[in-house]
Amino acid sequence: MGTIIVMTSGKGGVGKTTSSAAFATGLASRGFKTVVIDFDVGLRNLDLVMGCERRVVFDFINVINGEAKLHQALIKDKRVENLHILPTSQTRDKDALTKEGVERVLDELKKEFDYIVCDSPAGIERGALMALYFADHAIIVTNPEVSSVRDSDRILGVLNSKSRRAERGEEPVTQQLLLTRYDPERVEKGEMLKVDDVLEILAIDLLGVIPESQAVLRASNIGMPVILDIQSNAGQAYGDAVGRFLGEEIEHRFTKVEKKGLFSRFLRRSA
Amino acid sequence: MRAVSNANHAAERDAPFQLRGNSFTMMVLKVFNPASPNFFSMLGGKVRQAPNFFRHAPVVLDFDDLPESMADLDVAGFVGAVREHHLRPIGFVGGPRAIQDAASALGLVPMPTGRAAPIENARPNVPLNSALLAPPAPPEPVYRPALVVSEPVRSGQQVYAEKCDLIITAPVSHGAEVLADGNIHVYGALRGRALAGISGEMSARIFCQSLEAEVVSIAGLYRVSEDFDSSWTRKPVQVRLKDGFLHVDPL
Repeated sequence: MGTIIVMTSGKGGVGKTTSSAAFATGLASRGFKTVVIDFDVGLRNLDLVMGCERRVVFDFINVINGEAKLHQALIKDKRVENLHILPTSQTRDKDALTKEGVERVLDELKKEFDYIVCDSPAGIERGALMALYFADHAIIVTNPEVSSVRDSDRILGVLNSKSRRAERGEEPVTQQLLLTRYDPERVEKGEMLKVDDVLEILAIDLLGVIPESQAVLRASNIGMPVILDIQSNAGQAYGDAVGRFLGEEIEHRFTKVEKKGLFSRFLRRSA
Repeated sequence: MRAVSNANHAAERDAPFQLRGNSFTMMVLKVFNPASPNFFSMLGGKVRQAPNFFRHAPVVLDFDDLPESMADLDVAGFVGAVREHHLRPIGFVGGPRAIQDAASALGLVPMPTGRAAPIENARPNVPLNSALLAPPAPPEPVYRPALVVSEPVRSGQQVYAEKCDLIITAPVSHGAEVLADGNIHVYGALRGRALAGISGEMSARIFCQSLEAEVVSIAGLYRVSEDFDSSWTRKPVQVRLKDGFLHVDPL
C-alpha cells in the first residue's frame, strides 16, 4: 500500500509546487513508483512546473466525477521512470473536491504507487483540507520569515485536529519542515529568520533547508523539476531532503555563508 | 428502618447494594398546546432565565390538559425537542391512551399522579429563585483536576480549561489562545494570548517559563505586549492582580 505525503504551508508562494515536483521526482529517481497530484483546482500549476502542460487531456476532477478513468488522466513523465503526474482542472473550483471522490482516487492510487505526493493549495479552506485529510506524512514548506512561519504553525494545528488520522484517533500525521528560499547572507544580516529560530517556534523535525537559488525559477520556466539540475545548490538540497525522508543520515548543507574566493565567484554562475 | 436488628444491620453492610425509598423534587411540564409555534421559543426562554437550574433537570411531562384533538401528537419528536432545550424528560402523567403508549415506548415512566404545585402561578411576578426550587445539587467535587496539555498549542487553536487550572507543558504559539477559569501555567514559551480567571476569579495567575505573549489577562484586566517591560521578555514570570492592577513579576 502506498504512502500519502502532503506538501502544505498555509501561506502561498513559499514553494509548495516546486517542492512537490522536486520531491516526487526525487522519490521516483530512487526507484519508487510515485505520483504527484495537483490539489490546486482552478489555479493549475503543477503541470507547468513538471513540463507536461501540453499533454493534459483529462484531469483529477474528471476522475472524481467519473468522467474519465484514472489511467486516462495520469500523465507519465518523459524524463524519469516511475513518475506520474495527475494534473487538476483549471476551469473548476475547490468545491469539485469531494471527500468521497478524493478518497476513492487516493485508494486506487495507493494500490499501484509507493508514494502519492499531494501538492496542496494555499490557505486552510476546502482545497488545503482535502489535500491533507488523508495524509500519512506532512511536509511543511516554510520561508524564513514571520508570516510564513505563523501560517505553517496554523496548518500544523489543522493537521493535528482535522486530518483523518486525528479524527479517527490514529497515530498522528508525521510532520517535517522544509525551509525554502533560505539566504544565509540575509540571515547573517538579520533580515531573515535563522533555521534555529524557525525550529524553535514550530517545534518539528527539520527535513531540509533549500537555499534561495536562481536555478529554481530557471527550472520552473523550462518545465523541469529543479532536483534534476544537479549542478545547482537547490537541486542538491532537494536530493538531500529526499534521502533524509527515506531515513538516510545526511548533514545539512547550504545553511552558512559560503566563503567567496576569486574562482568561486566565477564558478558560482551556475548556482 | 430503625427497628432493624443488629444482625440484619451487619448483613446489610455486606450486601453489594441497598434498596431504599427516597423522594426527589422534580418539575412537571404541563403541556397545553404543543402545536403552538411559540411553545419551544418560550420554553427556550425559560431555560435561559436560569440555565444552571434548568440544564439537565429531570422533568415529568403532564399530558392531562392536552386537548383530545391532539391525540396524534408526535411524542418522539416532542420529547426530542424538549431534550434539545436541555431538559431531561424521564416520566409522564395523564393524556390519551395513544400518547401514553408512545411515551412508554420511548422509555418514559408512567408516574403516579400527585399534586403538582404550579410553579408559575404560585409565585406570580416573582422571578424563579433557583435556591428555593433547585433539587439538592450533586455535591461539588472537592477538587477539580487541572487540564493538562502536552502538545504545542498552534496558531489559531484555542484551549479552555473550564472551572479549573490549565497546565501546558509545550509552547503556545503566536495566534493561539489559552483560557482558564483558574490559573494558567505554561512550561514552554508563551507566545500567544493567555487569559486566566475568565469567569471573574481575581486571584487567578499566569505563570510561564518565557514571556513572549501577545496579551495576558486576569479576570478581564489585560495587558498587551506593547506595554510589556523589555526586562520581562523571554523571562520566567508570573502575572497577577494586585490592588486592581496587573502586575508582572519575574520568577
